[in-house]
Formats: sequence, C-alpha cells, structure tokens
Amino acid sequence: MDEKRRNFLKVAGISTLAGLGGTAVVGRLVAGSGIAHASGSAGHEVEAAKKSSGHGAAPDPSVNRYGMVIDIKKFQQDPSLGEKIVAACHSVHNVPQFPEKKDEIKWIWMTQFENAFPEKPNVYLDEATEEHQLPILCNHCDSPPCVRACPTKATFRNKDGIVMMDYHRCIGCRFCMAACPYGSRSFNWRDPAEFVKDANHIYPRRMRGVVEKCNFCDERVGAGKLPACVEACGESKALVFGNLNDPNSEIRKVLKENHTIQRNPSLGTLPSVFYIV
Amino acid sequence: MFEKALKGNNYYWMWLAFLGFFIAVAAVCYLRQYFYGLGLTGMSRDVSWGLYISQFTFLVGVAAGGVMLVLPYYIHNFKAFGKITILGEFLAIASLLMCLMFIMADLGQPLRGLNVMLYPTPGSMLFWDMCVLWGYLILNALCGWVILTAERKQVHPPKWIYFFVYLSIPFAFSIHTVTAMLYCGLPGRHFWLSAIIAPRFLASAFAAGPALIVVMALILKKVANFDAGKEAINKMVTIIIYAALANMFFVGLEFFVGFYSNIPGHKHTLQYLFFGLEHHGHIYNNLVPFMWGFVVLFFVGIALISHPYTRKQSDLWLGLGCASIFIAFWLDKGIGFVLGGFVPTPIDEIVEYYPTFNELFITIGIWATGFFILTILYKIAIGVEHEIEA
Repeated sequence: MDEKRRNFLKVAGISTLAGLGGTAVVGRLVAGSGIAHASGSAGHEVEAAKKSSGHGAAPDPSVNRYGMVIDIKKFQQDPSLGEKIVAACHSVHNVPQFPEKKDEIKWIWMTQFENAFPEKPNVYLDEATEEHQLPILCNHCDSPPCVRACPTKATFRNKDGIVMMDYHRCIGCRFCMAACPYGSRSFNWRDPAEFVKDANHIYPRRMRGVVEKCNFCDERVGAGKLPACVEACGESKALVFGNLNDPNSEIRKVLKENHTIQRNPSLGTLPSVFYIV
Repeated sequence: MFEKALKGNNYYWMWLAFLGFFIAVAAVCYLRQYFYGLGLTGMSRDVSWGLYISQFTFLVGVAAGGVMLVLPYYIHNFKAFGKITILGEFLAIASLLMCLMFIMADLGQPLRGLNVMLYPTPGSMLFWDMCVLWGYLILNALCGWVILTAERKQVHPPKWIYFFVYLSIPFAFSIHTVTAMLYCGLPGRHFWLSAIIAPRFLASAFAAGPALIVVMALILKKVANFDAGKEAINKMVTIIIYAALANMFFVGLEFFVGFYSNIPGHKHTLQYLFFGLEHHGHIYNNLVPFMWGFVVLFFVGIALISHPYTRKQSDLWLGLGCASIFIAFWLDKGIGFVLGGFVPTPIDEIVEYYPTFNELFITIGIWATGFFILTILYKIAIGVEHEIEA
C-alpha cells in the first residue's frame, strides 16, 4: 500500500470516528436538555417520547400536563367576558396597575387576532374576528425558549407542564423576555407594592427587578381548584382547563371535537394553549 | 509597576479629573436607579433591553478586536506589532470591565448576580458568556502583566506564559461568538435569528477594535512620545479595511435575504432601522438617523484610510478615518442591532425606545470608567517602555 493511500485511509478513518462521536455527543446534549424533537432518528424519538410528555411526542398518562382551550367565539358572543377574566387573574395574583404604560405588567390580556396571530395575516378577515378581541397569556410551552435562556433556572418547566417563576432566584437579566416569542413576560421596573389594590394575602407580591408572568394558577390547581380566569368564565366554557395527557379529560374531548390552532407553532415551542377560532 | 500611573504631567491629571467628573455623576445616577429600579430607564416590557446591553454587545467586540494584534505577532511572528500588542491586551481589559459594569447596571437584582455561578445552567448562553468573558479578562490581565514585567526586567517572558497567550486567541473569537449566540438563538426575533450574526459581529469587532487602537496610538504619539511605528500602523489599517468591508458585505447580505425573499418578518426591522416602518398609519423611525450616520461614516472612514493621500499624508486624516469607522460600527452594533431587534414586538406592535437622562449618564459614566482604567493601564505600559529606552 503506498504512502498516500495509507495516509488517506488514516485521515478518513479518524474523521469518520470523530464524526460519529460528535453526533453522539450532540445527541446526548439535546436529549439531556429535555427538548422533544419532531424530527430525528427513530431511536431519538422514542427517547424524547419517554422524557417529554408533550403533544409533539406520545403523551404519558402517568404525568399531568396542563393545557387550556380558548373558544374565541364565546368571547365574541359575550364581550364582557374578557374584562372579567383579566380582572380575576390580576386581582388573585396581585398584578399591579401602573399609571404609565412603560411600567406595565400583565399576565393575561385581550388583544386583536392580528396581534395574537401575526403569522396568520388575512386581508379579508371576517367581521366578528376583526371587531372582537381574544385573550392571550403564557403558552406554557412544552419546549419553552424562556427556560432555555434563563441563566439561573429561575424560570423552569414543572413536571406538570406549567412554566414557573422563582421570584427569589431571578436576577432580572430579562433574557427570558427577549427569548419569549409570544411577548408573555413582564418585568417589575419599579416597586409594585403601592400599585396593588386590595392585595390578596394568599399569593405573594413581587419585589422590583424580577420577571413575572401567568403561572396557570399553579397555586390554585395544586389545591384542586380551577385557574382564576377559567372560574371567572362561569358556565360559558369559553376557557377549558385540564390535563392534556388524560385521554378522558374534558379538554381532550374539546380538542377532539373542535379544530383548534396554536400561536405560532412553527417555532417548535409546542404551546399548551389552544384556540377555537 | 503601578507607581508609574501616579506620576504624570498636568494634562494627565486634568484628563483623569475630566473622566472622574463623569464617573461621579454616573455613580449618583446609579444609586438613584438602584433604589428606584430600572423604571428610571426608557426600557419597557416591549423593549426590554436598552443602551446598557447594546453597549455591552459593542464593547465585547472592542475587547475581541485586540486579538488582531496578538494573532499576527504570536502566530505569524509579525515583529512590528511587538511594541503595541500590549495596547491591544490592555484595551481588552478595559473593554471587558466596561462590559461587566454594563451587565451589572442592567440587572434588576444586581446583588443576585452570583446566582449565575451558584446555579450554573449550561443550556443558557448567558452562562457561557459569563465563562468566556471572565476567562478572556483573566487571560489578558495575566499575559499583559507577565509580559510587561519581563520586558521591564529586559528578560524573555517565561515559557509557560505562551500557553496562555495562545489560549487567549480562541477565547477572543469565542467571546464575540457567544455574545452573538445570545441573540441569534432566540426564536421569534427575526432580525436576530440569522446565522450571519456571529461572523458579522467578528468582522465589525476586528474593524472597530483595531480602529480604536490606531486612534489611541496616534494620540499617544502626540501626548506621550510613544511611537507605534509606521509599519505597525499600516498593517493595522489594512486589517481594519478588510474587516470593515466584510462587515458591510454581511449587512448587505441581510438586506438581500430580507428584501428578495420578501418575507415581512425578515424585512420589518431593516425597514424600521433604515427607512422607518409604517404601522397603523404612523411611521416609526427614531433610529433612522443613526443608521444613515453609520453608512455615511463608514464611507467617509473607509475613503480616508484607503486613499494613499489621506492615509499617508498626515496622522490627523488617518486618525479621523479610524475614528469614523469606530463610530460607524458603534452606531451599527451599539445602537441599531440591539434596539432594532425589539421592533416589531412578538405581538406585532411597535414601541420605540428613548433612553432617559439618568440612563444616559450611567452609560457615559461607564464609558468614562473604562477610559479611566485604559488611561492608567496605558500610562503604565508606556512608562515601562520609556524606562527601557532610557
């Protein structure tokens, strides 16, 4: 075997090994970060399905994964509903009301279709959608970019699918706000204490300098209650909350019976909030 | 060696006092911000990063730019850079300290800053940015100091230091790459979500950093009797020209992708930055003058440093050319890139950002602190240089 060929084989062999090793390392890193991937080799998919309880993979009935269905038509029929759910959420969680828009903090709010779904522009939007507003809130993504970005794990994905905030660990770098593709996060630009009317003493107030957002009423859900906004809807069923992993849950029935959409699902975030248009 | 910083003429002390004034103003402004919160800035939930983070991003580039002296000298044995490599290393130290101050100024809870180390999160790019910034800072301080000490004693630097010198080269590239990754890995921010961000950052850094060093070298020639040498300056200008052109090429590619593909999300921020963006009957354009300032200053700068007449005729033209390039790329990266990325918001609204006076004074004060540190470091380096010559 001549020298050139030997060298070529050596180099080829080493680079193949390095290539294989490299993919394996990358694969492990990706799997380790708990992100479910829609594409990828068959082996990866099985692993991802085991790790993740998302709808991008097969649901795991032994773990809860909370989600919400929002029926936009119900909000069009009863325009007062929007105000009710926002007020209920913001009073339960001591969300401050600032006089200046610059300081604004919001967990759930009403907005136009074009703002909630900017990736679905439509010049010939129907009148009802054009005239009415719909609620938006944190999507509690199954693959949340905010959690990936946070440098201190102050925002994290609970095993029941709720994306939570640790107000005592947050350093206020606001990387999560830049990372959130739905604009769901707010920051305490100043001390909120004086701007909370009739504080609810069951839920803590925040200090200045930390990020906050909708927590899917984790504290109420844990106590067996429905989220405040869902409760505020009364019997209208405009909001349906439940366990996405339980095939017999009400939310799964609603999802089975209606065509639903999610906000910008092409980003691969796997939102847990669904809209009936 | 610090004693060298304690002896200087009147101009030296007046310059330090001038910087000290802005530092004092910034200290008061920072205390106000510390006790009130970041609400004293112009930032909001829609534009959640402002001047602090944009200055940080630009200065990481200035710090990385120092490698354009270290690399040719240590890897290619380009001897002419021998005398001024230390200027690059010390500029990196001052820039990195400014970066860290800007980060601290931007934190909502600065006292919790150590949480990044107490709860290390390798999935977060900010964690890696902290690692490489501190790494590069320590490497530059170590290499700069050891080599300068050896120079003073007129002996060869110890062999082990070269390991760290060579290590500092990939670190320089990594600090700006990781800083680019803070932005280009975020879904839903179209302007930042581009694979060319890291190369573009490096290109503008390798122009802006050396441009500042040339300006500094020309000033030192006037005020401190320190001559970097014609050959070194010429080579640096060549580096600046190519790096600046590469940056503009990358900016042009962004325009092509946005406007030829005609995808609205890819175009919006570019439209907002350069032409103003129409939204519900209102045109938003508060960054347009800065961006055209960037383009004009780039052409002025590149003409001044490329044309043989202005390049060789006088230090004044050369200095003005380099300063133009530096300011141009500051407008591009230190203003447009970060602030523009927030327009439009993920929910298709437009909120324009205007910094407050308090915020501006803190920003100016941190720059002044950086130049204060830089002045002292350069004073030491040049003091050693003069001592050897004497």
